[in-house]
Amino acid sequence: MSEQISVLVNGAPCIVAKGTTAAVAMLIAGAECRASVTSEPRGPLCGMGICFECRAEIDGIAHRRSCQIVCESGMEIRTDV
Amino acid sequence: MSSLQKQFDVLVVGGGPAGIAAAISASECGARVGVVDDNFALGGQIWRGEHAKSDSKASAWLQRVNATAIEFVPGVRIIDQPKANVLRGEGPSGCIDILYRKLILATGARERFLPFPGWTLQNVMGAGALQALVKGGLPIRGKRVVVAGTGPLLLAVAAYLHKAGAKVLLICEQASRTSLARLGARLLIHRGKLAQALSLRKDLAGVRSLTGAWPIAAEGNGVLRSVVISHRGSTEMVDCDYLACGFHLVPNTELASLLGCRVQDGRVYVDHFQRTSRANIFCAGEPTGVGGVELAVVEGQVAGLAAVGQEDRAMKLFRPRRKLRRFAQALDRTFALRPELRQVTQPQTIVCRCEDVTYKQITQHRSWRAAKLQTRCGMGPCQGRVCGPAAEFLLGWTPDSVRPPVFPTLLSTISEMPPPETGVVESVAMRGQQ
Repeated sequence: MSEQISVLVNGAPCIVAKGTTAAVAMLIAGAECRASVTSEPRGPLCGMGICFECRAEIDGIAHRRSCQIVCESGMEIRTDV
Repeated sequence: MSSLQKQFDVLVVGGGPAGIAAAISASECGARVGVVDDNFALGGQIWRGEHAKSDSKASAWLQRVNATAIEFVPGVRIIDQPKANVLRGEGPSGCIDILYRKLILATGARERFLPFPGWTLQNVMGAGALQALVKGGLPIRGKRVVVAGTGPLLLAVAAYLHKAGAKVLLICEQASRTSLARLGARLLIHRGKLAQALSLRKDLAGVRSLTGAWPIAAEGNGVLRSVVISHRGSTEMVDCDYLACGFHLVPNTELASLLGCRVQDGRVYVDHFQRTSRANIFCAGEPTGVGGVELAVVEGQVAGLAAVGQEDRAMKLFRPRRKLRRFAQALDRTFALRPELRQVTQPQTIVCRCEDVTYKQITQHRSWRAAKLQTRCGMGPCQGRVCGPAAEFLLGWTPDSVRPPVFPTLLSTISEMPPPETGVVESVAMRGQQ
């Protein structure tokens, strides 16, 4: 079993394997990545940093492409801002 | 002044197979070579993560990188060309300017998406996308997956997911059985590709697979619950957890366009030596036409050698490249989208997911530009990378010119100041929706 780390998704702890991307942490936590301009819940589409559907606030910086960012212990991911 | 500068004889944009082959070829001739990629590891999409280790060709190329003096500049996305022979990027430490004598564009391709009712539901995503997420830690064991769309990627993704423990319920390929059989016959002269195809077939033994079938709707309340498939005039509903759906690939030509390289029929124009229409700028791999990893590697080698004046060595690769290009053309014919797919997009279907613009809204206008101006379609963060190719297929509209920054960028990068330590950072392209 690979090493586990803990991140925060909307303030709640979420345990993921080391090497997991922030987008996957949100999926595991059951959080939608963002609400669209007409308030539809959205999740990852392209998985490669092109579509921006998985963007979220990570460690205080808004609009980060979460599929391109690997989780670090204690990372704060927010989709509810 | 920007905060950081680097300088190379040969700069390669993109660290996938084409970029790696180009960089190695130039570096082994003694040039000072840099590779910049917005990912944090080399390999691109196809040689990503643990997959590269099990692929002997990929690991051989990646090991060869370590034996050279190539400098990898990770996590940097090119956004602009502030002046000739300089590219500007945004990375973890802010703005970076990279100076070059020769530039090789190896920017790869992305999946083509077609809008159908429900495609914006969570857990409906690209085929390559689901694979990338699983490589990024998504637990897939026991999950029910439908793989749909078109192209050789579908089988590769289905095999990968099946191996990872997913319940692959169904594979739907829109191409007809006849055109696939024609491609199969062609495989006989490409023994390597034939072996790959047979091995995928073996891996997928027992998995239900349809040709001439495609998704017409995804259903669920916010999250995918089921998909409706059209097959030979009838429909079938399949309950699933994920729909991995991509319609072959689209070359990433935005940076080439920004630099003034000629782009025709959605591909970057190159000559025999992979030279674009702009002096000192080369292009290799998928941007010159989708052709797969083997072709990308050969084109990368030709570009790398030509960039350092080794044309005679590059010419030795023309023959294998010709053979691979013929195969690429056969792929294009086989996986060309059938006209019936235009009917899957309904008036109320969202086409532009960034700005939530429906098909009905877009079709009130005569051109992509008019639709953009009036509806904001293609004006969100992805800058039309998703809806542009869809509109091209649905309506025959060609994309507009590209302007910097080619990706949403922090204001601090644009103003060439170091990024703030904390606080809210706004992206220029996103101001409209705040």
